[in-house]
Amino acid sequence: MSGSEPTEDGLDADAAGMVEEGHYHLRLYVAGQTAKSLTAMANLKRFCEEHLAGHYDIEVIDLMKNPQLAAGDQILAIPTLVRRLPAPLKRIIGDLSNTEKVLVGLDIRPQNLAETNPAAKVDGV
Amino acid sequence: MASESASPPQGTPKDASKGVPALAKVATGIDGFDTITFGGLPKGRPSLVCGAAGCGKTLFATTFLVNGATRFGEPGVFMSFEERADDLVANVASLGYDLDGLVAQGKLAIDHIRVERSEIEETGEYDLEGLFIRLGFAVDSIGAKRVVLDTIETLFAGFSDETVLRAELRRLFGWIKDRGLTAIITGERGDGQLTRQGMEEYVSDCVVLLDNRVEDQITTRRLRVVKYRGSAHGTNEYPFLIDAEGISVLPVTAADLDYRLPDGVASTGIPGLDTMLEPGGFHRGTSILVSGESGTGKTMITSSMVDAACARGERCMSFVFEESGDQIIRNARSIGLDLARHVEAGLLRFEAARPSLYGLEMHLARMHRDIDRFAPSVVVVDPLSALRGPPAELQATMLRMVDMLKSRGITSVFTSLREDGSLDHDSNIGVSSLMDAWIKLLNVEANGERSRTLYVIKARGMRHSNQVREFSMSGDGIALVDAYIGPAGVLTGTARIVQEAEEAAAGLRREQESRRRRREAERRRQSLERQIDELRATLEVAAEEEAVLLSEDEMREAMLTSERRILSTRRGGTQ
Repeated sequence: MSGSEPTEDGLDADAAGMVEEGHYHLRLYVAGQTAKSLTAMANLKRFCEEHLAGHYDIEVIDLMKNPQLAAGDQILAIPTLVRRLPAPLKRIIGDLSNTEKVLVGLDIRPQNLAETNPAAKVDGV
Repeated sequence: MASESASPPQGTPKDASKGVPALAKVATGIDGFDTITFGGLPKGRPSLVCGAAGCGKTLFATTFLVNGATRFGEPGVFMSFEERADDLVANVASLGYDLDGLVAQGKLAIDHIRVERSEIEETGEYDLEGLFIRLGFAVDSIGAKRVVLDTIETLFAGFSDETVLRAELRRLFGWIKDRGLTAIITGERGDGQLTRQGMEEYVSDCVVLLDNRVEDQITTRRLRVVKYRGSAHGTNEYPFLIDAEGISVLPVTAADLDYRLPDGVASTGIPGLDTMLEPGGFHRGTSILVSGESGTGKTMITSSMVDAACARGERCMSFVFEESGDQIIRNARSIGLDLARHVEAGLLRFEAARPSLYGLEMHLARMHRDIDRFAPSVVVVDPLSALRGPPAELQATMLRMVDMLKSRGITSVFTSLREDGSLDHDSNIGVSSLMDAWIKLLNVEANGERSRTLYVIKARGMRHSNQVREFSMSGDGIALVDAYIGPAGVLTGTARIVQEAEEAAAGLRREQESRRRRREAERRRQSLERQIDELRATLEVAAEEEAVLLSEDEMREAMLTSERRILSTRRGGTQ
């Protein structure tokens, strides 16, 4: 688990993902410390802890620092969350405030959706 | 449009008032486009190129970048929202554009932006900073001055929040201006507006509309500068051409009747025809019409002219619409002309195309471009009457074609199947009045055979024979023969030969007759002389007899006298 430390290289994470079935390798692209980026990061962390505890790692890439990485994952919108693993590759754009859509986008079957939903609505302002 | 004068690539419009900084422009390097926009696209601003699918938007944009990189030292970035980089490279490779090479040299950057709706889930607020970052990165990595966004409207299919998109596009174009990038934004033609998503709202400095119209099953590409803020520009629709040599826009406008004609006279390569024209040929820079029905030898006559011009070392260009160049070369060989050596020497070029291949405008446009590139001094259009179209358009096209050739001082030879010089059966459009000289070929049918005859109907600015000539084509070339003009009418072919034979026979008869009469007279004179001789002989005999008689008389008289003297002597002596 990489946490919020931005790494430029996701190769080792990919390899790790190959090992464990159902492991989520997520990459969040942001551009500088904007409000949207910060919201997205906060939402993502909270969300992963709730639904994917122990089965995920997050890589945050700041395109302001590494603009050359934008083309690789076809990044246009900021922030964009890319689900590298499990396949297929999925892209979720926006600040991740709509939890329901994030779940659909990441293809996660919520175990206790009834509990998380109201919380998401409160957070996603 | 205003004047035709092309300003220098980075130039300024002439009508800009003094003191005010004129709008800087960036040359696209596209033939003709820089002329009609007086310099190119506005420097440091985005321009919109829009049109329906298949209009050549991407090619226009690519050419802009390639020319920038190769000719004007301005690297460029191609942001493709539709085609993948590989496809793009392959598509323009046929035009001789080596995109991979330019990328390797750091003169070009291609970034393919894939927008897949199904892969994108929107979960809150976002912006398109990623696009800015990618564009900015590409621009900075090669120091680009030019940018192409092709076709940015694809974004509307990928993102559902139109408000965000529109705000971001506005920001993007503002950013492009701030960075001083000259950009082409392409846009798909929409219903009732120039582009589907109303891009013209954001890109308002220069809008170019490409069009691909089908009329009578013939496609003509046209280009129009809809808008050019702060600059004069040609407002017409101009045909443009996409072929193996790239894209070229052709500002084909009717020129003024203000030509500088080259001096001198060019031989036609047919001695008999040259002698029919007082200076010994046609003036250079004139337009010559050779009309006649099929099989009258139009192409052979033009081939002779071409051969003569090439033999003088002049460049010739032949636009043929009904035969291939090889066929003409082969056929010309039958009259002893070797055109192939001129082709090999680079003096002669055939441009063969079916008339239905393009529309009229396109044909004209193509000729325009080919002539400008080849710079011939003689141009042949064979046959002019093959070009079809609505009469009004046809007439205008012909006029411009002749104008275009004359304004370049090119001697032009047109052939026409219509012997009356009109272009169409139904209309009385004549090109003959546009022509400076008109040779009419006529097949005369009589006595079960055809013979080829030729008239010079007009030849401006020179005295010329008004007589019909018969001509024959053989391995030695084209030879002109005086036709028989006599009391029995104008006779050609065998009839002429028969008539000439008859005349020759009659002449022979007359000569024999007169010789006979001369002989008779001679005989009569001789017989008279003989008679005179005989009489003279008789006279001499008579004279001799007379002399004899006279002498006998004298002798007798003398004897009598002597005898009388003897008698008297004897009597007197005795007394």
